[in-house]
Amino acid sequence: MTLSRPVGYRSAPDGTHPPLDHPDYRSTAPRAPSQPPIVLPHRLTEVTGPLLAGERIGERDHDLTTQHDGEALGQRIVVFGRVCDSDGRAVPDTLVEIWQANAAGRYAHPGDNWSAPLDPNFTGGGRVVTDSAGNYSFTTIKPGAYPWSNHHNAWRPSHIHFSLFGRAFTQRLVTQMYFPDDPLFAQDPIFNSVPDPKARQRLISTFDLAATRPGWALAYRFDIVLRGREQTPFEEPHD
Amino acid sequence: MTETQLGPTPSQTVGPFLHIGLTWPDGADVVPEGTPGAIRIGGVLYDGNGDPVPDGLVETWQADPEGRFDHPDGEASRGAPLVPGFRGFGRCATGADGRWEVRTVKPGAVAEQAPHIDVSVFARGLLDRVVTRIYFPDEEVANARDPLLAEVPAARVPALIARPTGLGELRFDIRLRGEGETVFFQI
Ligand SMILES: [Fe+2]
Repeated sequence: MTLSRPVGYRSAPDGTHPPLDHPDYRSTAPRAPSQPPIVLPHRLTEVTGPLLAGERIGERDHDLTTQHDGEALGQRIVVFGRVCDSDGRAVPDTLVEIWQANAAGRYAHPGDNWSAPLDPNFTGGGRVVTDSAGNYSFTTIKPGAYPWSNHHNAWRPSHIHFSLFGRAFTQRLVTQMYFPDDPLFAQDPIFNSVPDPKARQRLISTFDLAATRPGWALAYRFDIVLRGREQTPFEEPHD
Repeated sequence: MTETQLGPTPSQTVGPFLHIGLTWPDGADVVPEGTPGAIRIGGVLYDGNGDPVPDGLVETWQADPEGRFDHPDGEASRGAPLVPGFRGFGRCATGADGRWEVRTVKPGAVAEQAPHIDVSVFARGLLDRVVTRIYFPDEEVANARDPLLAEVPAARVPALIARPTGLGELRFDIRLRGEGETVFFQI
């Protein structure tokens, strides 16, 4: 049977995304499905998705340092970049959500029992929408590293959680941004769950001196690449 | 032109503190309260030990009752919303008991497919989202002809069909692993 189908989205090359079953990260054991997934050819439900532009953005959502009466403690940083697809096309008007620990490595979350201090002036949640060229920017503080119970003396490298919608259900991505040269990378099973070392490097932001705000904040660039469209039949390369 | 591809950014887990960034007060309202014909769809997210997952997030995406999507790639399906305030999208973090629920309206059939809702599940311990679909128990004929359900081993199809539990109420439990494992799709 021939079914009319819209042009779908290209799969990431092998080794880009972590396997669900990754024994070094212990929590995967009871949660990773045991059966292989069944291929879902992209149809209308998959090539469409929620277009969440301005309606989700509050006035202070782009600046995590000024969401309370006082200023957040820690090293002020600008985290910015461009969201595009794997063809390099900008992804405009798309919602970017972030969350992170405070400068001491503590989350403002009832489930975080680590003894590092909370900062009453820092919640750690932010939201922006990309502009027409796919650019986004947050002002925040550099999150601290924190210990967790995965293995003996386990520490998460400093990171910021990122969530993106793109333009289609298939483009949805949740990831984590890391900072350059973190000595904790080697022992972190979540960072190292990405099989391809080159793909892993794409999770690390780059320090950008030109984008710093003199006398105010350092700057890190984190570009994000979502899946691109498959070629239409006319453009299919011959092999 | 088409040969230079940028490598996609890898996925990472949401971790246990996703609530700081990914919850909205009205996130579970695919349609506003008081919408005529609204139904509640929800269930429990279980892990492979049969324990509820208290730090997960379920997101839903679906067509409106006419099978349309308000999206530039929705082709001829675009149009004025039939249901005022219809968003198509819902998100609900699981509670301490693993429960999640969204308020929505039943989607229409989309082209040759039976009515369905696409679902993403995120959680601590999931390094990437897992994707499933909710089908409807009162659509036996359409379900039997659905091209995706046809790819699913017959014994596992019932795990994709929500169960009526009351007037306007459907239950869809999600079992990440083990007995009765939900069918997950590679998209
Ligand atoms: Fe984290």
